[in-house]
Amino acid sequence: MTNIPIEGGQAIIRCLENEGVEYIFGYSGGSVIPIFDAMVTTETKIKFVLVRHEQGATHMADGYARATGKPAVVLVTSGPGATNTLTGIMTAHMDSVPMIVLTGQSVSWMLGKDAFQEADIFGITMPVVKHSYLVKKTNDLPRIIREAFHISTTGRPGPVLIDIPKDISAGPCTADLHAEMDIPGYKLDTSVDNDTILEIAEALAKSKRPLILAGHGALISRADGSLKAFAEKARIPVTNTLLGKGVFPETHELSLGMLGMHGTAYANKAICECDLLLNIGSRFDDRILGKPDEFCTDATIIHIDIDASEIGRMIQPQITCVADAKTAIDELVKHVPELETTDWRKHLDGYKTKYPLKFKRQGGLKMQHVIDEFYKLSEGKACVATDVGQHQMWAAQFYKTDSGYNWLSSGGAGTMGFGLPACIGAAFGRPDDLHICFIGDGGFQMTFFELATAALHKLPIKIVVLNNHYLGMVRQWQELFYEDRTSGVDLEGNPDFVKLAESFGIKGFNLRRPGDVKRVLQNALDYNDGPCLINCEVEKTDNVFPMIPAGAPIGDMLIELPTKKLEKPTGST
Amino acid sequence: MPKSDKAMHTLSVYVANKPGALARIAQVFARRGFNIESLVVSPAIDGHFSRMTITSSGAPEGLEQIIKQMVKLVDVLHCIDHTYDKSVMKEMGLIKIAVDSEGRSEALQIAEHYGCKTVDLTSESMILQVVGSPAKIDALEEMIAKFRIIELVRTGKVVMSRGQKTT
Ligand SMILES: Cc1ncc(C[n+]2csc(CCOP(=O)(O)OP(=O)(O)O)c2C)c(N)n1
Ligand SMILES: [Mg+2]
Repeated sequence: MTNIPIEGGQAIIRCLENEGVEYIFGYSGGSVIPIFDAMVTTETKIKFVLVRHEQGATHMADGYARATGKPAVVLVTSGPGATNTLTGIMTAHMDSVPMIVLTGQSVSWMLGKDAFQEADIFGITMPVVKHSYLVKKTNDLPRIIREAFHISTTGRPGPVLIDIPKDISAGPCTADLHAEMDIPGYKLDTSVDNDTILEIAEALAKSKRPLILAGHGALISRADGSLKAFAEKARIPVTNTLLGKGVFPETHELSLGMLGMHGTAYANKAICECDLLLNIGSRFDDRILGKPDEFCTDATIIHIDIDASEIGRMIQPQITCVADAKTAIDELVKHVPELETTDWRKHLDGYKTKYPLKFKRQGGLKMQHVIDEFYKLSEGKACVATDVGQHQMWAAQFYKTDSGYNWLSSGGAGTMGFGLPACIGAAFGRPDDLHICFIGDGGFQMTFFELATAALHKLPIKIVVLNNHYLGMVRQWQELFYEDRTSGVDLEGNPDFVKLAESFGIKGFNLRRPGDVKRVLQNALDYNDGPCLINCEVEKTDNVFPMIPAGAPIGDMLIELPTKKLEKPTGST
Repeated sequence: MPKSDKAMHTLSVYVANKPGALARIAQVFARRGFNIESLVVSPAIDGHFSRMTITSSGAPEGLEQIIKQMVKLVDVLHCIDHTYDKSVMKEMGLIKIAVDSEGRSEALQIAEHYGCKTVDLTSESMILQVVGSPAKIDALEEMIAKFRIIELVRTGKVVMSRGQKTT
């Protein structure tokens, strides 16, 4: 107990400092004035970033966390300020990203009385948070903040929300700022069952055609180094999920790149033909399963995941291992010999030659061309953020990712509007690195107001607007499965994105001809006075391939535009 | 009304007594299309924790997921499926029946057979209190239905493991 009480708001700031918080992304309002005031009165070193919309704050915190591995804090006011964070919280939750969201709330004694700007954000967000709190006593703040960070960043990470009534943040706090946690229901089991490891090793030793599927969980557990050592030692090919990009170098000879709906043909063929699938930290999302009943039916499936509820949720594996990915791999590597996989790898290399990722350089400007060229010019070293749509899938295909924390994309939620703020958040976290944001003309217009934030802080980001004047991914589905009856996808009325950027004081480039790609992108790379935007006028009606129609077995993968009419997909969206 | 058939699952949950815990648990069921048929919450010996007994109907395949999702909740310490074990399961019911002097002795006979207490008696009605296994209450309900049942309230079952096993 300290004797001189400090204000709740000051206690919050001190506790955030103790957690090592570097940035708060937020937006002010009546119910959080005590906390904003405390940022001044405590003379804190934590930097506050005023965003332009609360959704932007959550995606920035998300991008910051994905790019650094550290949690950031979101601070918003009650009512509409709080509800504006919902999409960002859900996005982080779906992709297991740590985040602490502090929402102001009406005063305690008005709760439930429809006070001005009262929203039951504790109730509203319950299904999309890892955990949440409604603070009832100022002296509980230090304990709750400690618990929130612990819960958010350990095990399978996720967002934690703390709803703080105004009288709580304005009231006196006498509690010890280094409070003890009280979460007896939250158990972290860091052990690995040795028998299970031996069982996995034995299955691997018997396998002729083994395949590793590496997901975001492996990246979160920082298992990239261990995975590389393991795959190289045992000589097992590796495919990665969309969010697993970077967990294993995509340019490595053992890498098959991304699998799934728009994954490489060779990764998907490997899934169909392997006799053992070792899934490390992927949740068998429906985008990679195709048709669950027909997924890998002839293979021994092994699933390593830290979240027991993920095991058996979509696929029933033969061997299950609830464990941290890195710990499990580090054990496994001790027991796995070099496997005889030469024929299998040769066979897969055949697929790589036969079905490479490719695009035509003739005709109009292609998104793939822009992405591929930027990949080459930046030597694959950028931290890449994407939005959601066709450009996202092409970015995943053509911007190979060789190391962790350099690929930020909304996978589980598929949230349009994520890309720009996520890229901004990443640039705050890693100001000395190159940041590229590949974004569609649709998604860009959902959160482009954060250009102001990027401009103000002169962030080193290259915003590549891949402008096809369409909600391209939806248009593609309509073309393929609905006899090209386009409906609600024509983005007529797009603004002039270069002028828009310039109005924020951001340098803009136009790119229209394939012949100009290299020159314009090089100019953008050389520009080093803050953010710049490249508006790429690309072909309007190109389609992403390979493609596995949603809900179809992986074997039904389309390598290119089919000539015959396709059935409507049975899978979800 | 819950009938104690095999498709019904009985779970006990040991949970930290924190605001929102019940709502979070209810959401786990609701999201997967499971119905909560009965729910009993009471403080544990240590007042920081609560005991819940939940009976729920739904596809057995989904139940394992439900248990895992519940255990994953920060507030939940453990969750045990008692559907197929031999735990003690008891419930209380109050049944108000329309009965006048003419039927009263027959009603009391049935009540006695089921070990009921008569906790309210008027010239037109009586309330019977019954304690026992859900099946027993179901049976009483069936027998007593020859009188008009005006109201019926059941607590939902509570469960406790036998011997050294924890609930
Ligand atoms: C917030 C939100 N609304 C709607 C969708 C559905 N959706 C998925 S992709 C897409 C089209 C995206 O268009 P654009 O941003 O221009 O990218 P493109 O596909 O053209 O590259 C839409 C509407 C979504 N994912 N997120
Ligand atoms: Mg578009």
